[in-house]
Amino acid sequence: MLSEGGSFMKGMVMGGLFCLVLSFLGSFSPSLESSTDDHHHHHHHHVKAESNDELTRFSDSQVKELTSEVRVSCIIMVHPKILVYWATAVDTWSKHCDKAVFYTSESSKALEAVDLNEKDDWARLRKALKHAYENAGDLRWFFVAQPTTFAIIENLKYLVLTKDASQPFYLGNVMKSGELEYVAYDGGIVLSYEALKRLVHVFQDEGKCPERGRALWKLTEEKQLAVCLKYTGVFAENGEDVHGKGLFNSKSVDSLITDSMRDNPTNVVEGCCSDMAVTFNGMSPNQMQVMMFGVYRLRPYGHDFHDSLTFYPPEGSDND
Amino acid sequence: MTGPKNLESRTKHVKETWAKRCDNVLYMSSVKTDFPTVELNVSEGRDNLYWKTIRAFQYVHQHHLDEADWFLKADDDTFVVVENLRYVLSKYDPEKPWYVGRRFTPFISQGYMSGGAGYALSKEALRRFIKGFDTGQCTHFSTIEDMALGKCMETMKVKLADSRDVKGRQTFHPYPPDYYLIRQLPRPRPWYLIYEHYEPTEGPGCCSDYIVSFHYIYGVQLYVLEYLTYHLRPYGYRHRFNPDEKTELNTTM
Repeated sequence: MLSEGGSFMKGMVMGGLFCLVLSFLGSFSPSLESSTDDHHHHHHHHVKAESNDELTRFSDSQVKELTSEVRVSCIIMVHPKILVYWATAVDTWSKHCDKAVFYTSESSKALEAVDLNEKDDWARLRKALKHAYENAGDLRWFFVAQPTTFAIIENLKYLVLTKDASQPFYLGNVMKSGELEYVAYDGGIVLSYEALKRLVHVFQDEGKCPERGRALWKLTEEKQLAVCLKYTGVFAENGEDVHGKGLFNSKSVDSLITDSMRDNPTNVVEGCCSDMAVTFNGMSPNQMQVMMFGVYRLRPYGHDFHDSLTFYPPEGSDND
Repeated sequence: MTGPKNLESRTKHVKETWAKRCDNVLYMSSVKTDFPTVELNVSEGRDNLYWKTIRAFQYVHQHHLDEADWFLKADDDTFVVVENLRYVLSKYDPEKPWYVGRRFTPFISQGYMSGGAGYALSKEALRRFIKGFDTGQCTHFSTIEDMALGKCMETMKVKLADSRDVKGRQTFHPYPPDYYLIRQLPRPRPWYLIYEHYEPTEGPGCCSDYIVSFHYIYGVQLYVLEYLTYHLRPYGYRHRFNPDEKTELNTTM
């Protein structure tokens, strides 16, 4: 016969286990197939940039129109602890966004940002995305990144140039965690207007897309984002060039070259990274300053590319 | 200029990258190999650097003089953009005595070119260098290669060219890019800019878009620069600096 204390303990344990099982099921409900887009679930999605030749099928005026329509709003998530990266992003790649807004958890006297006054990373990202959507104006492409990532916005524009922003696109360096495919945050996340619109709407559904993740099974923001988007029928797609090389990198140029020296010793540079790469991650602020020179200025005299579009340098900038 | 212990770690990668863009390339060493390397009758080591340079130029003069108009001396840890070197040299007549590189001021009254950044001699300058040693007008009076060569150039009346671009920005660099490009608050010259003949600028205005060289570049960094120079680019970008165009985009530089 169990003593009173024993029964109580047993009851507690049973209750606790029951709660655990319930929340386990609750958190993993996203893995259940959604009724709308079953055909997506067993394919790996890739989105390729057009080749330069393919663009020649457009007339000059069509190309001009496309160039003026593909405008990017950059959503850069910062905080004062990474002030040097923040300042570097302000001074380097973010100048090439049509609009760049820095969202912080805590304001800094040194740099301007929208202070969301929110310490929780996922809650803060939600607020930033909602703010960007509400203030989108006529911008139709959204690039979400941290200042520890370096981006080449012209190459982002080239990738999405012929894509319709009123269709849902969620692009980047796609990773897989169990059944979930998500875009790696550190390689940068691209959202079309339609994807962002659906996302902002599903934010209101606390059941599908809770603001404060369940305490026991807290997913990282990048995964939370994928889960919420999946509910709206939007799936992660890997951004690639015409040769199938990834355009969004979670590693630095140095790291990728090191890998290539090991894997393709007779063809290091060709075997490494795309000529049209959009992002690199893990570079120091000084390396990013050198990268501005390397990307926007350093070149061999006499090499002309005859690109179909023209992107002009930003005003008031001296390092590009 | 190289040596047996660097062939695998450095020279091999130079051979895979920029050396291919030269019309002719010779790898100077103390030992003959199938790399292929040329054997100069000199030992390795910093103290023998000038002897090695002298012997290298004598070898080139003897066997390869008619194969080129310009002769670039570079190290196995130099990154060179050969197209940009051709662009700089195109302003000068190779039959005249010219010496092209990163100009330093001290020790020699007309100055001399940094060895680390690499320098090019015109065909006439090479002839005069050889003549200098043949006639005893030039001697191995110091082991400091670049300065000593500069003295010989002065003696033989070879002129120092200005390798900067039309905006006065440097093309040859004795150190890697981060020494020059990183923004700095106004400050007295750091040690690596003490010898500069032309007033140096720190930050983005330091360097030309059409750089010719960076030094202390090997391994991963060599391929990184190769990728940044010849591969990675912003699609459709209209560069600010277009020296051949009549009108230029407004720039704060």
